[in-house]
Amino acid sequence: MIASPLTAEVLFRLGPVPITMPVVVTWGLMAVLTLISVLATRKLRLDPGAGQAALELLIFSVQGQIRETLQADPAPYLPFLATLFIFIASANLLSLVPGVEPPTAHLETDAALAIIVFFAVHYFGVRVRGLAGYLADFAKPTWIMLPLNLLSEVTRTFSLMVRLFGNIMSGVFVIGVVLSLVGLLVPIPFMALELLTGLIQAYIFTVLAMVFIGGAVGQIRRK
Amino acid sequence: MNYLPHVSILAAAFAVGMGAIGPALAEGRSVAAAMDAIARQPDAAGVISRTLFVGLAMIETMAIYALVIALLVLFANPFVH
Repeated sequence: MIASPLTAEVLFRLGPVPITMPVVVTWGLMAVLTLISVLATRKLRLDPGAGQAALELLIFSVQGQIRETLQADPAPYLPFLATLFIFIASANLLSLVPGVEPPTAHLETDAALAIIVFFAVHYFGVRVRGLAGYLADFAKPTWIMLPLNLLSEVTRTFSLMVRLFGNIMSGVFVIGVVLSLVGLLVPIPFMALELLTGLIQAYIFTVLAMVFIGGAVGQIRRK
Repeated sequence: MNYLPHVSILAAAFAVGMGAIGPALAEGRSVAAAMDAIARQPDAAGVISRTLFVGLAMIETMAIYALVIALLVLFANPFVH
C-alpha cells in the first residue's frame, strides 16, 4: 500500500504543533541556499572564478528573461523572481536525493508559493501604477468584466498551485511505483525525466509569475 | 457488500483516461504548429520554443486537474467511512 500523496508524514512534535517532513526539508533547503549565497557573495571579484561565473550566468539569464517579458528594468523584480526560481528548482531536484521528498510534492508548499505570487502581483501592481490606477484596471475593457477579472485572480493562483503540485507529485509517485515493482536500474530513466520536469516546472512557475506581474504593472495587456 | 472502493477505482481510471484525451490532442496540435513555425522561421526558434513550453504547461494543467481528482477519489474520498 502506497501512502497517500495528499498527507505528509509527521516527523516530531514541537509542543502541540506537528512538524512534518516537508517543513523540515524546506527549512534545510533554505539554510543550504542561504549559506551558499553568503559564501558565494563574500569575495566577489571583477575577474570571476568558476563558481562566481556560474552564479552570474544564472542571475543574468533570469535578468534577461525578465527584461524580455516585462520590457522594463528588471532590477525591482529580480530578487523575488530569481529567488522563486532557485528555490523551486532546487526543491524539485531534491527528488533525486535518497531519503528526501521534494517539499513541492506536497500541496501546502505549493499553496504557500502560489499565495506569495498572488500578493507579490498586487504589491508590484499598486507600487507601479498607484492604488486607484491598479484597481481601475480590473474594470477594463468594460465594467461587465469586473467579476471575471476578479475570478481569474483566484483561479490562476489555484492553477499555479495545482500545476506545480501535480507535476512534481506525479513524478515522485511514478518513481515510487516503479521502484516497488523493479528495484534496480529501471527507475533511472524515470528519474532523468523527473530532472527535466522539475527544471521545466520551476521555469514555468517563474515565467507565469513574471507574466502575472507584467499584467499587473501594465506592461503586458490584460487578456 | 460495499461497492464504494470498486466504484472509486473505476472513477479514478475513467477520470484520468478521459481527462488525458483533450490535453493530448491539444499538445499534439500546438507542437505541430510550433514545428511548422520553426521550419518557416528558424531564427525565431528560441522565442517559439519558450512560448511553446509555457503553452504546453498551461494545457497540461487540464490533465493534472484530472489526476488530482483521481487522487482525491482514491485517497481522500469523502464518502468512504
